[in-house]
Amino acid sequence: MKRLGLPLTQLVLLLSTVYFLLPLAWVLVNATKGSDDLFSAIGFAFGERFALFDNLAELGTYQHGLFWRWMLNTVFYAGAGATVATLLAALAGYTMAKYRFRGSGTLSVLILGAVLVPTTALALPLYFLMVDLGLDNNPLAVILPSCVSPIGVYLARIYAGSSVPNEVMDAARVDGVGEYSIFFSISARLMAPALVTIFLFQFVAIWNNFFLPLVMLNERALYPITLGLVDWNSTPPSSGNVIYHLVVTGALVSVIPLVAAFLLLQRHWRSGLAAGSITA
Amino acid sequence: MSQVAAPPRRTGPDGGTPRPASRRRAPRRIGVRAVPYVMVAPFTAFFALFFLVPIGIAVYQSLHGTERAGLLGKPKDVFVGLGNYAEVLTDPGFHSGLLRVLGYVLLTIPVMLVLSAGFALILDSGIVRLRRLHRLAIFLPYAIPVVVATLVWGFFYQPEFSPIAGALRSLGFGTPELLEGGALLGSIANVAVWQWTGYNMIILIAALQAVPVSVYEAARLDGCGELALALRVKLPMLVPAMLLAFIFSLIGAFQLFNEPAVLRPLSSSVTADYTPNLYAYSKAFTDAQPGYAAAIAVVLALATFAFSFVFLRAGQRKGAL
Repeated sequence: MKRLGLPLTQLVLLLSTVYFLLPLAWVLVNATKGSDDLFSAIGFAFGERFALFDNLAELGTYQHGLFWRWMLNTVFYAGAGATVATLLAALAGYTMAKYRFRGSGTLSVLILGAVLVPTTALALPLYFLMVDLGLDNNPLAVILPSCVSPIGVYLARIYAGSSVPNEVMDAARVDGVGEYSIFFSISARLMAPALVTIFLFQFVAIWNNFFLPLVMLNERALYPITLGLVDWNSTPPSSGNVIYHLVVTGALVSVIPLVAAFLLLQRHWRSGLAAGSITA
Repeated sequence: MSQVAAPPRRTGPDGGTPRPASRRRAPRRIGVRAVPYVMVAPFTAFFALFFLVPIGIAVYQSLHGTERAGLLGKPKDVFVGLGNYAEVLTDPGFHSGLLRVLGYVLLTIPVMLVLSAGFALILDSGIVRLRRLHRLAIFLPYAIPVVVATLVWGFFYQPEFSPIAGALRSLGFGTPELLEGGALLGSIANVAVWQWTGYNMIILIAALQAVPVSVYEAARLDGCGELALALRVKLPMLVPAMLLAFIFSLIGAFQLFNEPAVLRPLSSSVTADYTPNLYAYSKAFTDAQPGYAAAIAVVLALATFAFSFVFLRAGQRKGAL
């Protein structure tokens, strides 16, 4: 048993890894096939023609380069939303950890409750709100709600509590540094690792969002990439315009930025998840 | 906690002699006292407007119905009290969606939790090779948007492209119907397990690493093998983190929308009431019944809250949290 156990574990792990990488491998292989080969060479078989570069070129020009427009939209929505969300969460979390003020208790209960409210549950009522504000079919309808990250406040609060020493703040006060300057020039720097984590997670959450933009936007030029790819994939084959090869190539291109970010910033998301799990 | 009172004493107007080098103007007492309020104000404003107000709107909408005077008359909001709720609670479409979501919960969460705990224990034990590579590969699906993941798995499920169907056909079996009937829910569950197992695994690994090494050393000194250590010492320590993962997975499962919505063009089995969330969406946008849709959203949110609350309390009572 003991001699069998380890190789068996190793084998199970290897098979699991294959399972988790399988869809990505499929996308890689199939992005190299033209529209015809996609149907004739099934699965992981390569097609007769290596068409990756043709696909990429077509991706850039199809429907006047709509694909890259969608990518830019996504980067903009995720970048703007995550930046503002991080700033708001950092300020609020830090204040709740370091100052005593009226309403602090109520606010923290509300934020904790909000962590349990799924964002999809809010999408429909948010749509009604945006209609009232005249912001439906406007990028702001996607960006503004994305600026709220209750879990970000929670993380910032914990991190500020443990990494910003009161002595440092007091010393700055003695030197006559104002409270806001203390935050922006001292505390925010001490909180930098947590801020990167909050930014990263919010960025991913907005990048992945589908329901909110689906509800809010109906002009194709405003779509983020998720909505765009689904739109292409829903084009019925009967329309005589089969673009599955563009969907596959587009899927490949669209995941590259996030996968790269995760590979490069491993330390940050791991520490963020660790903070969330230990303290939650 | 390390909280300090505001206003901080030492920055008071007479707090010691001002340093000559300080360029500070005369301090304002009110300004200092307002500091924490000013700093939480931006978040609070956004939170109120885009979190609390929508909840209020949903409740308001859910108490109203739309009435038209004649076929071409202007639609008008009328107060219907709890009428929408009574209808939702007895709506077979809502029931079937809820049942389907429960089935989805049973298909995904146990598998996902067992897999993520298993991977976490194996990778934490340090007995296997290429740990970093395995950990990264298992986590990688989290970096893929749900929509893209579903699109790709959708290709796996379609008979025309599917490597699964291709392999089965070449072995002499028929083409499996992975996108219709009961199999569809399993196919959707597979996407969720694929996507979230690694994320939960990383959380569990972090929880294991937070345990002091001395605990493990003591167990080893007592003659505890790696397997017994994993099952008798480490696994019980994972219970709180697993309970949290369970609750968050439950919250997500109740909101199931993206996967069926993306697979809808490929499958006739994805009906407008496939999940409660899909039902609410089609009620709001296809059937123009925003009040009814809002009632579905509110009932769903309350059910989610009730479920997660019950499990949280149960966990607290058992001392797991």
